[in-house]
Amino acid sequence: MNAPTTPAAPAKRPAGRGRNLELSDELKAYKGVWVFVEHDRGHVHSVSWELLGEARKLADTLGSQVGAVLLGGADEHLEKFAAEAISFGADTVYIVTDPVLKGYRNEPFTKGLTDLVNKYKPEILLLGATSQGRDLAGSVATTLLTGLTADCTELNIDPVSKALAATRPTFGGSLYCTIMTLAYRPQMATVRPRVMLMPKADSSRTGNLVHDTLGMVETQIVTKLLDFIADAHSNKINLPYADVIVSGGKGLKNPDNFKMVFELARVLGGEVGATRPCVQSGWVEADRQVGQTGKTVRPKLYIAAGISGAVQHRVGMEGSDVIVAINTDPNAPIFEFAHYGIVGNAMLVLPALTSAFAEHLAKRSKQVA
Amino acid sequence: MKKPSQFDAIVVGAGPSGNACAYTLAKAGLKVLQIERGEYPGSKNVQGAILYSDALEKIIPDFRDDAPLERHIIEQRVWVLDDNSFVGTHYRSDDYNKPPYNRYTIIRAQFDKWFSSKVREAGALLICETTVNHLIMDGEQVVGVQCDREAGDVYADVVIMADGVNSTLARKAGFHGEIKDSNVALAVKEILFMPEDTIRQRFNIGEEEGVVIEMVGKITDGMMGTGFLYTNKESLTIGIGCMLGDFKGSVNKTSPYALLEKLKQHPSIAPLIQGGEMKEYAAHLIPEGGFYAIPKVYGNGWMIVGDSGGFVNAVHREGSNLAMTTGRLAAETVIAAKAAGKPMSESVLKSYKTELDKSFVMKDLHKYRDMPEVFHKNNQFFTTYPELVSKAAHKMFTVDGVDKKTKEREIFSSFRTSRSLTGLVGDAVKLWRAFR
Amino acid sequence: MHIVVCIKQVPDSAQIRVHPVTNTIMRQGVPAIVNPYDLFSLEEALRLKDKYGGKVTVLCMGPPQAEEALRKCISFGADDAVLVTDRAFAGADTLATSYALAAGIRQIAKEQAVDIVFTGKQTIDGDTAQVGPGIAKRMGLQLLTYVSRIVETDLDGRSITVERRAEGGVQVLKTALPCLITMLENTNEMRFANLPAMIHAAAYPVRKWSKEQAAIEDLDKIGLKGSPTVVSKVFGPSPRTEKVEMLDLETSNLRDISLNLLQKVFTRHPTLEADLLMKEEA
Ligand SMILES: Cc1cc2nc3c(=O)[nH]c(=O)nc-3n(C[C@H](O)[C@H](O)[C@H](O)COP(=O)(O)OP(=O)(O)OC[C@H]3O[C@@H](n4cnc5c(N)ncnc54)[C@H](O)[C@@H]3O)c2cc1C
Ligand SMILES: Cc1cc2nc3c(=O)[nH]c(=O)nc-3n(C[C@H](O)[C@H](O)[C@H](O)COP(=O)(O)OP(=O)(O)OC[C@H]3O[C@@H](n4cnc5c(N)ncnc54)[C@H](O)[C@@H]3O)c2cc1C
Ligand SMILES: Nc1ncnc2c1ncn2[C@@H]1O[C@H](COP(=O)(O)O)[C@@H](O)[C@H]1O
Repeated sequence: MNAPTTPAAPAKRPAGRGRNLELSDELKAYKGVWVFVEHDRGHVHSVSWELLGEARKLADTLGSQVGAVLLGGADEHLEKFAAEAISFGADTVYIVTDPVLKGYRNEPFTKGLTDLVNKYKPEILLLGATSQGRDLAGSVATTLLTGLTADCTELNIDPVSKALAATRPTFGGSLYCTIMTLAYRPQMATVRPRVMLMPKADSSRTGNLVHDTLGMVETQIVTKLLDFIADAHSNKINLPYADVIVSGGKGLKNPDNFKMVFELARVLGGEVGATRPCVQSGWVEADRQVGQTGKTVRPKLYIAAGISGAVQHRVGMEGSDVIVAINTDPNAPIFEFAHYGIVGNAMLVLPALTSAFAEHLAKRSKQVA
Repeated sequence: MKKPSQFDAIVVGAGPSGNACAYTLAKAGLKVLQIERGEYPGSKNVQGAILYSDALEKIIPDFRDDAPLERHIIEQRVWVLDDNSFVGTHYRSDDYNKPPYNRYTIIRAQFDKWFSSKVREAGALLICETTVNHLIMDGEQVVGVQCDREAGDVYADVVIMADGVNSTLARKAGFHGEIKDSNVALAVKEILFMPEDTIRQRFNIGEEEGVVIEMVGKITDGMMGTGFLYTNKESLTIGIGCMLGDFKGSVNKTSPYALLEKLKQHPSIAPLIQGGEMKEYAAHLIPEGGFYAIPKVYGNGWMIVGDSGGFVNAVHREGSNLAMTTGRLAAETVIAAKAAGKPMSESVLKSYKTELDKSFVMKDLHKYRDMPEVFHKNNQFFTTYPELVSKAAHKMFTVDGVDKKTKEREIFSSFRTSRSLTGLVGDAVKLWRAFR
Repeated sequence: MHIVVCIKQVPDSAQIRVHPVTNTIMRQGVPAIVNPYDLFSLEEALRLKDKYGGKVTVLCMGPPQAEEALRKCISFGADDAVLVTDRAFAGADTLATSYALAAGIRQIAKEQAVDIVFTGKQTIDGDTAQVGPGIAKRMGLQLLTYVSRIVETDLDGRSITVERRAEGGVQVLKTALPCLITMLENTNEMRFANLPAMIHAAAYPVRKWSKEQAAIEDLDKIGLKGSPTVVSKVFGPSPRTEKVEMLDLETSNLRDISLNLLQKVFTRHPTLEADLLMKEEA
């Protein structure tokens, strides 16, 4: 097998027997809160902006600066993204442009991000818990030999140690734990899309750009990106960012009844979500699963029909502004965290809601017109 | 056609009887395959039970070292309940606090897992998530089993059926007929989580000490059955069981679950379990036909042990100890036969029955042989009496100026008005006979 | 070809209960299972073996009981199983775990060179999806995460082509062997074990390696000591203070309830109605 790659100048691991929890002077030098800005084919993933909002708060508490990292090809409007990043709270944007950075690949991106960290020494590094962010975060953290906390739902600064206190659900949301990286830097964390609130953009903000080079050529990169097959628009389901979600559960009994969920969603111009069992029994696409092993959503309106409200589902949707639950069982857990509840047969309630909403919206849009 | 045996013995089921049997066989160096339907041993077994040390000691003398035991019983309560009160006896003895202890509460899922690990240490092969569908016959001789998996036939010199109360296998093979509804009880039980110190306070017991409450009376809604409550380390086990036949014939269409809910709300029980968080709910059958319901338990290349043989002492709610003992005796029969180089024929395996008859198993079952009948034919034990008894107690213990003699007279007449004198006498005699 | 699949034994979180008083996990009686995600990787490995021949070795770091999880993998068709088990590994976070597993894989590779390492996408207990990338980096393996399909494998050319799930599409990636792959869930279905396989697995001598046998040099890199992350606090979810408002079907009919509900929703969330109307326009 290949020889292991020697990590690019790792933050020196403190010596000594017992578990070290003290920050070495060398590592005390690490300052600033960074966000890796994820973009693909001309679009920045909103999770990056959500993270900049959080980074701003953390940096203000620490009295330090916010940095944003942009890696990409020459023709990928990185400057435009950088300007946006600043409007969302970044003070400095670190840009590395190189042909080999066009389209995400683990090897060059890991090198790019790792080198920047070793050079500018940020205290905290945040990434989106997307397929790209998780792939990259795991590699970078191991290369830097530092701590990484995945899928955080809350980020704070510990008043005593001034360390990043990252809170995440464990055991599928039945418990939460707060994790800190005390003796290593940077402190890394990933956060799912939609867990943090979208900050307000402020176009009057200013910041500076720092350009760097990658120092890597295509021939050094083993993995080749042959093609990118974009999802057909039809099956592009963007649950996390939907304003209205109507979700169905096993209580709907069969895929036929599930059509009622689609009907209501259509009238509301919303998306359709589902619980895991519905996905597992093939009633709907996997992309529609809401929860711990599905998507995290925070729509303005979440209507749950025939859903018991198991904790693994709850953790994915309890951030919704208004939750309406329809369930035959008055003791179903979903009623513990819904705002409005109807104890009744979803097969009857859903059509009634559909016509009521349709009727109402029709009326109002006339008034508006 | 006869295939060469791959194993000395196949044990179907990994409950107490199957584990006792497989363990004993493997310890003796025999090549044993144990097949369990559940995801893991214990997964299919109702939780929370009493373990009787003696039977296990004979198999694993030092079981106390690492077995997951909850509490040893220092107090036994027997309650007769009517709708809002109970009359009962409490027996607590410090003798019960002197090791080695005689009875423990256990959580079956954990206990069975532990027992199974011992079985595997002893060298038996265990496969789970596999159901035995049929016995493979070669003429009169059982030569192996057929499982619900691809290439599912496996052959052995002898097959021991430890497959629990339904004993599907033996029935399919025609070794015995359908079990009568009147011979099985349907029991439901719940495990209620409760912090350790709350349990200690409510039952006034120490660290390891435990209490058992056995209950009869109106709680079974006139059906033949009993209720029970055990203290585990960090939980309570509460349950109730009645004869399956009674449920089916129940006038009020009472469901087992409804009974349990009613029991939990009983003013004498509610305060004990108050605040308990439900961890587990399980329903399970108990063979309670007793002595007369025991089928033929051995034949050419096969034996039946535990619940599948109906080895349960309903009166004392003993089952797992009979299960373990029958499992051990069956194993010892096989070991002896092997040693003597004898075939696993009916005539050789007969000694299993002989040993059973000599053991406490058949002796006890014989002693109580008439119990099921008596209780079954006389449901007043579960309807009228509880009320009368508690009324009586109420009268006696309420100080209201009425002299005790008069009270006695009133009580007696209250019994008589609701049941003829001959009836009363008859009941007494029946009971006395049954318990004799 | 020789494939190593890393599998973890995890408590079946469907049956996990939290101690209402101490807020700790009650593992008592909770069955331990093979991490569901790992089975997609194992099945993919077995399919490669069916196609190209060779050997699949399953590797796990965990307590002695984890042997059962490995046994299960043997019953599915894995050829060999190694359990890296040692008190010294206790308390490992993902960084320390990837170190120990990488060491284990190197030892296995000494017996027979390894072409592909598989890990699951993530675990259902740790659920970080970091150990896979961690192992890859420590061993200098090419990393292919969230793989939805293995398009082709060229053993002579020492290359492999896969489809990788990315945001909004699928990447087609080609890389050189050896590499590390994490499979996406629901990309295949685990086969059933037949009875002989079950019996074989029950009898299979799982190899148990201590830290010495796994050739762990640096004891500061394993277990609690090798774990940068510190769990500072564990707590239960905070109960919703606001109580649910029930709309009673007994007292009024479905239509009124529906209209009533949407009034309440719109008053609670003023901008929502406007948003919906905008959608109507579009
Ligand atoms: C590791 C792990 C990860 C998981 N991840 C997820 C996840 O990401 N997302 C997820 O959703 N689940 C997840 N689950 C599964 C989760 O534990 C629950 O099993 C699941 O959410 C239950 O789905 P359900 O509510 O549709 O079905 P059920 O729990 O069966 O609930 C059905 C409900 O419908 C009600 N009902 C029945 N008939 C009607 C009717 N006619 N009208 C109205 N109501 C009716 C019933 O009262 C019941 O409350 C996970 C589980 C595990 C172990
Ligand atoms: C509510 C209740 C309370 C009880 N309380 C007590 C008590 O306090 N003390 C006491 O001593 N006894 C008690 N008992 C009785 C005791 O539980 C049983 O007597 C004992 O479990 C019998 O053990 P067994 O091994 O014969 O059967 P089981 O424990 O039922 O084991 C049978 C096993 O075989 C498996 N199996 C069945 N069919 C197949 C097949 N075809 N293929 C493969 N595997 C199969 C099953 O999955 C099961 O694991 C109680 C019973 C009940 C229902
Ligand atoms: N202790 C372990 N032993 C073997 N494999 C592991 C272990 N922990 C994690 N893994 C592998 O790493 C993957 C990701 O785990 P995690 O980073 O914990 O989500 C899992 O799906 C396993 O394949």
